[in-house]
Amino acid sequence: MLRFVVKKVLLALSTLLAVSVITFGMFFAVPNNPAELMCGDSKNVCSPERIEMIERRMGLDKPIPVQYAEFMRGVFVGRTIGTGPTARDCPAPCLGFSFRSDEPVTGIVGRTLPVTLSIVFGAAVVWLVLGVSIGMVSALRRGSAFDKLAVGTSLVGASMPILLFGPLLLIGLVYETGLLGYPRYTPLTENPLAWASAMILPWFALGFLNSATYARLSRAQMLETLSEDFVRTARAKGLSKITVYGRHALRAAITPIITIAGLDLGAYLGGTVITETVFGFTGLGRTALNAALDLDMPIVMATVLLAAVFVVAANVLVDMLYAVVDPRVRLG
Amino acid sequence: MTEQEEGTLVETPGSAASSEASSSETTKADPYLQVRDLRVRFRTEDGVVRAVDGLSFGVERGRTLGIVGESGSGKSVTSLAVLGLHDPRRTEISGEILVGGRDVVGLSDAECRRLRGRDMAMVFQDPLSALHPYYSVGRQIAEAYRVHHPEAGRRAAWRRAVDMLDRVGIPQPARRAEQYPHEFSGGMRQRVMIAMALVNDPDLLVADEPTTALDVTVQAQILDLLADLQSEFNSAIVLITHDLGVVSQVADDVLVMYAGRAVEHGNVEQVLRRPQHPYTWGLLSSVPSLRGDASADLVPIRGNPPSLINLPPGCAFHPRCRYADRTDGRSSTERPELLPVAEAGHRVACHLPEVDRQRFYADEIAQVGVAP
Ligand SMILES: Nc1ncnc2c1ncn2[C@@H]1O[C@H](COP(=O)(O)OP(=O)(O)OP(=O)(O)O)[C@@H](O)[C@H]1O
Ligand SMILES: [Mg+2]
Repeated sequence: MLRFVVKKVLLALSTLLAVSVITFGMFFAVPNNPAELMCGDSKNVCSPERIEMIERRMGLDKPIPVQYAEFMRGVFVGRTIGTGPTARDCPAPCLGFSFRSDEPVTGIVGRTLPVTLSIVFGAAVVWLVLGVSIGMVSALRRGSAFDKLAVGTSLVGASMPILLFGPLLLIGLVYETGLLGYPRYTPLTENPLAWASAMILPWFALGFLNSATYARLSRAQMLETLSEDFVRTARAKGLSKITVYGRHALRAAITPIITIAGLDLGAYLGGTVITETVFGFTGLGRTALNAALDLDMPIVMATVLLAAVFVVAANVLVDMLYAVVDPRVRLG
Repeated sequence: MTEQEEGTLVETPGSAASSEASSSETTKADPYLQVRDLRVRFRTEDGVVRAVDGLSFGVERGRTLGIVGESGSGKSVTSLAVLGLHDPRRTEISGEILVGGRDVVGLSDAECRRLRGRDMAMVFQDPLSALHPYYSVGRQIAEAYRVHHPEAGRRAAWRRAVDMLDRVGIPQPARRAEQYPHEFSGGMRQRVMIAMALVNDPDLLVADEPTTALDVTVQAQILDLLADLQSEFNSAIVLITHDLGVVSQVADDVLVMYAGRAVEHGNVEQVLRRPQHPYTWGLLSSVPSLRGDASADLVPIRGNPPSLINLPPGCAFHPRCRYADRTDGRSSTERPELLPVAEAGHRVACHLPEVDRQRFYADEIAQVGVAP
């Protein structure tokens, strides 16, 4: 088991290393010179001296591998960016400064990540609870009216883009009826109630749409599991229906669902651009998108790396969870 | 437990009738399992599948009934019906299945559940898929024990599980109990399955092709184990197989099924040595070991089993039967009843006159098989 974990973690770390190298390369592959970009923003004439000054200030005058090493060192132990009088201190985890606003990237991430985390975790609870329970009941009552309704609804849900569903919700619940106020993000630590009420719409939108996929998945998984021999064995032992379905069948059926949920979570944590945009939140996704449009490379780099960390971490967690759940993986 | 069950049996008036189905000599009690005119139908999109169509048999405690027949003849459907494991929404079951005098057919699932695993237990063909992959075998056996012994604590149930593993010949049972099904070999896994089935000392054990997935030597060990445990527990065993070699090793009685019906029923000696149904002859001719000469040509039964949705009229076997033309056309119009032959306890469903059957078998079938 320990070897398994170590192997997985090492694999994950090397993946992240590769992603960081590629992203860093991308940083320099973009056609614009960041120094020119910064300087062009101000009204000043971009004299070569000024560009050079900016480059020095940002440490862009050094060879690329050195810059990469410094960047990584900054992430883990912090660093000083630039030299001379313009040098700035950047404590770990240092992700550099925004080209546009000159604000520390860490600060930007610290502000926007909680928004995305709030949306994604809340929505995940909705889609897991709703989706899995509907799917399970559907499978156990295959062919019933409930099943037919669930299958039909989930087909609609699974094929509905949030780009359409989000605005529909806004129109239906906010603009036309005023049942809910237009969501305005409040940090959880500040006012939990305001936080939750702002999150209702994105939770429902993202949660409901995903629950359609999860309902279909759970239904299919459960149906497959119900035809397994070990379910028949459980019944032959004289176990109650609750034990047969709730323990024997569910345990086997839920495993692949957990896997997919973990991977989905990892992917969503990197940013939920559309959901954030539709409901007017500034989360990680929207920040990343804007940064990419602005060629604000430190932010792009930070958000891409962060997304990679989430995806890789989710993968490792799912693998470990799988090993905990399925002895064949653990011992095999 | 066993005494208690016998008590139940004696008190039940319903079980007093008809013992003619059981084989000759035993008179001590009515069969523990008594199936009468069992019919199992599945509604499918293509039509109604008559998987079992008027089947009757009985098995006494301490005896083993072998049910044989080609694939699709309704053996598994019968065994699942006995345990009450069919999905009631898709299955129509009629007739009687008396287990220790209680009719399983009429029971609600909750009532049936109390018999399952305690009075009657089942061993399935493929122990790898029949055991839950995520739970240790000890836990699965202990669970089977605790359902019917709610007063037993976890540790008592675990000890019982280890004890059962020991009884079925698994070395180091305490350590093995912690392991998962995939860590066992096929034969050991089937022993686990048997341990689980016997954990509550059931009076009836239904084993559906328990050795088909195993290689020959392991197969023999498992059959020996079943025989040993039977003499220990004095349970009634229904052994389903399509291997007549297995039947000749362990069964006391044999029921030959074709297309959901019994075509021949009797003790092993009668059915395997003096078979009277052309279908049984066909089955026997396709088993090398029983003919004493492994190199003799095997004669598969010509043709294919019929569709259970559209059974041929008359005798379901007649389109494949070499002797169908010797019954004055009755084979294709009239369904043969399972009727007693001259020898007590032996019953055959065939329109051929008994003398003809004996002559055909002696002259045309046994002759070929016995040739050195
Ligand atoms: N749930 C079901 N729905 C529809 N048809 C079924 C169902 N279960 C079994 N059958 C049909 O009933 C027939 C008898 O099946 P059964 O499993 O009893 O055969 P078997 O004698 O056990 O054969 P095998 O040796 O292959 O195990 C088959 O034709 C099968 O297709
Ligand atoms: Mg079968």
